Amino acid sequence: MTSELHIQERSIVVPGQVLATGLDYLPSKGTYRFNETIRANRLGLAQVDGKVLKTIPLAGRYLPQKGDLVVGRISDVLMSGWRVDLNTMYDAVLSLAEASNEYIKKGEDLTRYFAIEDYLVCKVTQVTSQNLVDVSVRGPGLRKLTGGMVFEVSSSKVPRIIGKRGSMVTMIKKGTDCDVMVGQNGVVWVSGEPKMQRLAFDTIKMIEEHSHHAGLTQQVKEFLEEVTGREVE
Amino acid sequence: MESPCQEIHGGKTMNDTMKKNFHDALRKGVRRDGRALTQFRDIEIEYGVSSTSHGSARVKAGNAEIIAGVKIDVGAPYPDTPDEGSLMVSTEMLPLSHRKFEGGPPGIDSIEAARVVDRTIRESKAMDLKGLCIEQGEKIWFVAVDLMPVSYDGNMIDLGVIAAMAALQDARLPKLDEDGRPLLEELSDEKLPLNELPIAVTVFKYADQYLIDPSEVEERAYDARLTIGSLANGHLCSLQKGGEGPLTVEDIEHMFDLGVSTAQDLRKHFQ
Amino acid sequence: MAVKRHDGRKWDEPRPIVAKAGVIPQADGSGFFKIGDSTAYAAVYGPQEFHPRKLHDPKRGVIRCHYNMQPFSGPGSRGRPGPNRRAKEISMVMENALSPVVQLEDYPNTVVDVHVEFTETDAGSRCAGICAAAIALADAGITMKDMVASLAVGHLDGEIVVDLDGVEEHHKGEVADIPLAVIPSTGEITLLQMDGVTDPKLVLNAIKTGRDIVAKVAEVQRQALLDRYPADSPQWKALAKKYTEAKQ
Repeated sequence: MTSELHIQERSIVVPGQVLATGLDYLPSKGTYRFNETIRANRLGLAQVDGKVLKTIPLAGRYLPQKGDLVVGRISDVLMSGWRVDLNTMYDAVLSLAEASNEYIKKGEDLTRYFAIEDYLVCKVTQVTSQNLVDVSVRGPGLRKLTGGMVFEVSSSKVPRIIGKRGSMVTMIKKGTDCDVMVGQNGVVWVSGEPKMQRLAFDTIKMIEEHSHHAGLTQQVKEFLEEVTGREVE
Repeated sequence: MESPCQEIHGGKTMNDTMKKNFHDALRKGVRRDGRALTQFRDIEIEYGVSSTSHGSARVKAGNAEIIAGVKIDVGAPYPDTPDEGSLMVSTEMLPLSHRKFEGGPPGIDSIEAARVVDRTIRESKAMDLKGLCIEQGEKIWFVAVDLMPVSYDGNMIDLGVIAAMAALQDARLPKLDEDGRPLLEELSDEKLPLNELPIAVTVFKYADQYLIDPSEVEERAYDARLTIGSLANGHLCSLQKGGEGPLTVEDIEHMFDLGVSTAQDLRKHFQ
Repeated sequence: MAVKRHDGRKWDEPRPIVAKAGVIPQADGSGFFKIGDSTAYAAVYGPQEFHPRKLHDPKRGVIRCHYNMQPFSGPGSRGRPGPNRRAKEISMVMENALSPVVQLEDYPNTVVDVHVEFTETDAGSRCAGICAAAIALADAGITMKDMVASLAVGHLDGEIVVDLDGVEEHHKGEVADIPLAVIPSTGEITLLQMDGVTDPKLVLNAIKTGRDIVAKVAEVQRQALLDRYPADSPQWKALAKKYTEAKQ
């Protein structure tokens, strides 16, 4: 039997859709083999890498991974640390040792450091097999976020919002003069002049909605330049 | 009997620094979706969206969507009002419509929204209840409106009243057979005896700013609110103050003006 | 087979279908499925934290369906709001209908909540609910091997038909109404119920013949998901206009 590819690179595929027939193709992330066929097991964009077939997800909640830079919200203050909501199904814990470069004594009023509803940029330091998650705010760029506004995007769209080597988010920062922090978990923090904050919000939401389009960077560039009347690159 | 909803309290709110940012933006007249502070979202009303109901309507405002359905039945009048029919409006905050609503008995916000919507419509005397009497002391029409938030994005009370009134306008009385029993699956051409169009507009107060028709995110940060039910002639038909912040008499005066004039604009969306 | 149906449909012809994805912006995933006068809205929230903790399964996630008819969505007088025994049973069979395709082992200790609400019903509501829920699950980015397609099959006086409506359900002669859910790629059946007195051979025949027609509904579900991601993007221009006009 001859092998045949039924989709093109970057076409949108849905669960159960046949991506290829024949035994020459190999399933990878987001695909599986069923008899003679390779099928998608999630909604996504098809990716053909030689004979290897993958899908890049178009939706889905964030799954924490070690090393991810995320924006978290303090949801509870514990005996010896904080519970952090990472916009995912598993709560993370920030321990005393990872909360500050200072020594924090046990029994100290922890809300002096972080209170409920505080937002932080933190790093995922550990994820166990049962999805117990540890985060840290010790490290360059990790900090409490004050002021600004917070909103959520689908975490699967975060790579597009950040862009290659941060190109997209750099453009947004430049175009809007806002401070922007895009967590891998899809929580975004934006701070700046109110109108510009809204422009950054609208731009990021539009990127989220159109993440399946090619040539997005150019579109965003043209959009921001038209609206702000200045160069953003 | 349990009904399937309850709000999760202590859900996402804004912290003080973000609230300040939000208030600063409002002071400059900037809302997240680009509306002016006292601008209602564009309203879309669609009539007749449920074939099993005796009248129905869908209201969309931005990301918010509510469906209202009417069921009419024959019942016995209350002994103290033998010549009056009956009207009831119920609302349930469905877990379908937003993650902040959870299964279980209704939370206090749901109960409040349901009661204020019901009061605004009933106390306005929009429905001529005597016109719902079939046989004095014996038989009356019993009209029930159920509100279903499909997608929750703030301002349930105002949008709920609009959806309920549109569904009541759409409704037709069922036919009666020769013995006067209702044929609930056959509708007559007869509309409900509606003689007013009450509209509720809730004015929200944030620090020193007034805002109407908030989204769910905007609702997380208000200090006080006042729901103003009013009629086409500018008279009030219901009031409900909410939130922990106090209001001055000057606040209330300003809110009345805003509520009544916004209601007049909203009336233009009806058939 | 030349069965005469009261609305002129062919034996293998479902009622008109409208399917959409992403109809509830605040949900993680959502679906709309209208077949004839049965209309289902489905919203998926999750995978999310599962309370209480004692229900956690460390090996796999759990699907929890919530089937609910709006008080105005049934025939006759107003239905009592809230879950009753019927709704609980249907919720359970829906969970069983959907679970086999979902890769729940990807989501240990969590729950995927699927809320399904009806604004009107004219037979086949649980099937419409399953179709809407499968769209919502896929829209939420949940890993699943395939869609689940669902329609009723059955017979009217021995003549096989698919997607019986309310009138056909109350047919005076011999009638079997068999709600069916099918995994299209494998042909496996994940929902099977029946009411009515009838010959087992006829039932088996209806299932065998009807199965492929049920599976075809998956194409409508898939198209609904594709329609959510249009190829062109006039919105950028529209948004730019909004800003430039505001400035003037």
